[in-house]
Order: sequence, then structure tokens, then C-alpha cells
Amino acid sequence: MTERDLVIVGGGPAGMAAALCAYKNGVKDVLIIERDQRLGGILNQCIHPGFGLEYFKEILTGPEYAQKVTDEIRSIKQIEVSLRSFVVKLEPHKILTILKPGSLQQVKAKTIIMATGCREKTREMIHVPGTRPAGIFSAGLAQKLINIEGLLPGKEVVIVGSGDIGLIMARRLTLEGAKVKAVVEIQKESRGLIRNVVQCLNDFDIPLYFSHKIARIYGNKRVEKVAVIKVDDHFNPIEDSGFSIDCDTVLVSVGLIPENELIEMAGVAIDKKTNCPVSSELNTTSIKGLFVCGNSYKVYDLADSVSLDSEIAGKQAAEFLGSRL
Amino acid sequence: MTEPRLTKKFICIECPKGCEITVTLDEGTIVEITGNSCEKGEAYVRAEITNPTRVLTSSVLAEGLEFKMIPVKTNKPISKAKLITAMREIKQLRIHDPVHCGEVIQRDFLGLGVNLIATRACKKVE
Ligand SMILES: Cc1cc2nc3c(=O)[nH]c(=O)nc-3n(C[C@H](O)[C@H](O)[C@H](O)COP(=O)(O)OP(=O)(O)OC[C@H]3O[C@@H](n4cnc5c(N)ncnc54)[C@H](O)[C@@H]3O)c2cc1C
Ligand code: SF4
Repeated sequence: MTERDLVIVGGGPAGMAAALCAYKNGVKDVLIIERDQRLGGILNQCIHPGFGLEYFKEILTGPEYAQKVTDEIRSIKQIEVSLRSFVVKLEPHKILTILKPGSLQQVKAKTIIMATGCREKTREMIHVPGTRPAGIFSAGLAQKLINIEGLLPGKEVVIVGSGDIGLIMARRLTLEGAKVKAVVEIQKESRGLIRNVVQCLNDFDIPLYFSHKIARIYGNKRVEKVAVIKVDDHFNPIEDSGFSIDCDTVLVSVGLIPENELIEMAGVAIDKKTNCPVSSELNTTSIKGLFVCGNSYKVYDLADSVSLDSEIAGKQAAEFLGSRL
Repeated sequence: MTEPRLTKKFICIECPKGCEITVTLDEGTIVEITGNSCEKGEAYVRAEITNPTRVLTSSVLAEGLEFKMIPVKTNKPISKAKLITAMREIKQLRIHDPVHCGEVIQRDFLGLGVNLIATRACKKVE
């Protein structure tokens, strides 16, 4: 088993910012473990502009933001990057088990920063009745299919939830030639940024239904239509307000939850409602020397805030290592 | 005598703040702009009234390179009315050679006076 000063799990903006800042604060042995074939995390699929205004003082697309940080990481020899490496186990004494193509390895770390990001809430979590046909995707998965794999998930789309990812995907699908028939939001206002309602929906005359929900999904092999109904202030359906929309695809964009199964496995206290670590101070957990940053610490709206807060994690890890000497 | 004044409301999309900006027009001429927190907001509503523009981002199919899709953008905003035409053109494009981030994919894209540039580097398959 090899031993490292600092191991960072996740090579998104959080993991990279933490690595750079730890290095600048004196940590000279850093290992970033990333399961994907490249650094950048979710930024790689967010090809739209809207990043970097605060952190880089210029408007960047997700890939550009990722590239800038990646270039800096790659220029520092003391930061080792291990791609296609999946951390499958974390033990309380900071031993990580890593699955790589064709091998299983263990690494012991003096300190660990978890920067594993979020995953999307799914249809199962919002309880939409109906059949289980093909054609139901989370919005982020659809984003990956289009922007990374070059595949269009459907032609006639209804989006459930008005979070930023759903709004961004409404525009993206429209530009790709699909017809986005509606965005259905159960709340009275958009969960996403108002600018995204303007530039992603209004620009393309896509209707947004507030205080409405999907009552049912129809279809055998493939989605055929959805039933939509208006809800009152307590989210109860209002009688006779229903209508249906023909579509072959439903995108679900109802929020994100921090990905924290590994630290939970290691015994870190987790808030069951938010899936965030129970924490008294930014980036800290109930285990000393085990930090969490970025979207796995809490759900952030902006990558810029992720980078800024994650730099602090790098500093905290450096201080922890320093205090151990 | 009351003048034929008209007010229009806009949400500025230039930054995440999303200021609501009110523009007062007098027979088509802008006489007052309120609600913007910075000058970018003013430029934004002026463009919205005359010729709304947007930066277009998409991705282009790569062949024989490390990634299947290469993200691209127009280096300057283009007329909103041209977005769909521009998308049709982008779908026809193929990239065969490695690119660096910022490399021009199409100069003077569709004669719009903007360049289509790659927003990430892409190498040959190793
Ligand atoms: C679809 C979408 C659109 C967004 N749009 C915007 C926007 O317009 N503007 C903006 O500022 N912000 C936007 N955001 C928010 C911003 O992109 C995120 O807040 C930010 O990227 C989060 O960074 P992160 O490093 O915490 O997580 P991520 O970028 O998700 O990175 C986590 C990394 O950890 C890796 N990982 C996870 N588990 C393991 C494991 N067990 N082993 C190894 N590696 C692992 C993952 O592969 C991934 O690379 C968007 C977010 C999403 C999801
Ligand atoms: S006016 Fe300025 S601060 Fe307000 S949204 Fe536009 S760019 Fe942002």
C-alpha cells in the first residue's frame, strides 16, 4: 500500500481548486483520483457560457473554465492525476480502495479531500405515477448524451422542473432541432436563475407552467404523452384543470443531491435530509483531516463559488498536515 | 399634452444577478433606462430593442480524435434570428485534426463577422 500526504477524490472544479491551493500552501505530494477519462467534472458537459465571471473575471463556457484549471494542474509536477480511477471504498483510517482498468489498489492518505460532486434526483424521488416506458431522462444525463456523446434523446420533449439544468437543456434541445413543448414547474416561481428563463425559454417561446405538475406519464415502449394538472398552494391538484401533451421524451430536472456514499461508509455523520456532511465549519466533517468540498459539501449554483470555497479546503488540508508534523 | 410614451421591461442576462431593467421609449427612441446595476445592462437593453444577439454554443462532431464531440462557440454574439441557421451549419461540420482551446474552426462564420472557435482542446487518439 502506498502512502500519500493528500489524496483528493474527484477532478471537477472543486477537487482541482483544492489541489492547487493545497500545493500553494506547502503540500508537495498531492494525488487527484478521477473516475472519468478527463479532468473537469460536470463542467465538461456544460458547454454553455455562464461560468467564470467571478473567479476568472471573464465569461467562459464550462469546458473553457475546466481547461483553464486543468492547464494549471498539469503544469505542476507535484500534483499527480490518476484518471479512469474509481474510488470504491473509504475506511475511517483514510485508506482508499481504487478500481482502475484491470487493477484494484489501496492508498493510505494522511489527509483526504472529497470532491465527488452531486448526482441528480430522479423520477423515483418525485413520485410521478404511470407506466415506465423508455424516454425518461434526467436533464443532466440528456446534457451528457447531446454534448459528450452526440446523441439526441428525443424529438418532442416535456421538461419537469425549472432548475437551471432543465432550462439550459430546453434551449439546447431546441437548437438541436427537438421541439420542447413545455416546462412544468410545481412551484410558483422558477428554481433556476431568471436569466436562464429569459435566454433559454423566452428566446424560443417555450411555455413555462408554474403551479403545475405532471399527473401521469403514458406510453408502453416509449413515452407517448403526459397529463399535466394545476395545483393549489398546498400542491394538491385542482379539479378540471388537467390537459395532456403529446411527447416522446420527458426530462426530469428536480434538483441535485450531494454524492456522499463513500464518507458515509467511513462513518462520517451525514444529514439524512440533504445528504450533506454534518459540519460545524466550511468543508469539515466529523472525522478530523477528512474534508469535503464543492457540490458534495453542499449544492452550489455557481462553479465560481465552488472554486472559491474549495480553495479553502486545500488550505485546511495543508494546515491539518502542518499541525501533524 | 401627454406624449406617446411606452415602457418595456427586460431582464438582463449578462450576469447571474438578472436585473430587471425598464426602458422608456418615446416614438421608438430610448429616453430613459432604469434598473440596471451596471453599464452592461444598458448595452444589453439597447441591443434587445434594436437587434438582440446571443453567443451560440454547440458541439461539433470529431472524427478520429480523443473525444467524439468538440464544444464550440461564436467568439462574439450573433443575431438571435440567425441562431437556427447557424445550428444547421454547425451540424454539417466535421473536425479531423487536433485543436487547442480557442482555435478557430470557421473564420467569418456564415459571413456574420464572427469566428466559430473550439472551447476545449482535443488530441488525436493515443
Ligand atoms: C448540469 C449542470 C449545469 C450547471 N450550470 C452552471 C452554470 O451555468 N454556471 C455555473 O456557474 N455553474 C453551473 N453549474 C454548477 C457547477 O457546474 C457545479 O457547481 C460545479 O461544477 C461543481 O463542481 P464539483 O467539482 O463539486 O463537482 P463535479 O464537477 O461534479 O465533479 C465531481 C467529480 O468527481 C468525480 N467522482 C465522483 N465520485 C468519484 C469516485 N468515487 N471516484 C473518483 N471520482 C469520482 C466525478 O467523476 C467528477 O469528475 C451546473 C451544474 C450542473 C450539474
Ligand atoms: S445590469 Fe449589470 S449587474 Fe445587472 S444583470 Fe446586467 S450585467 Fe448583471
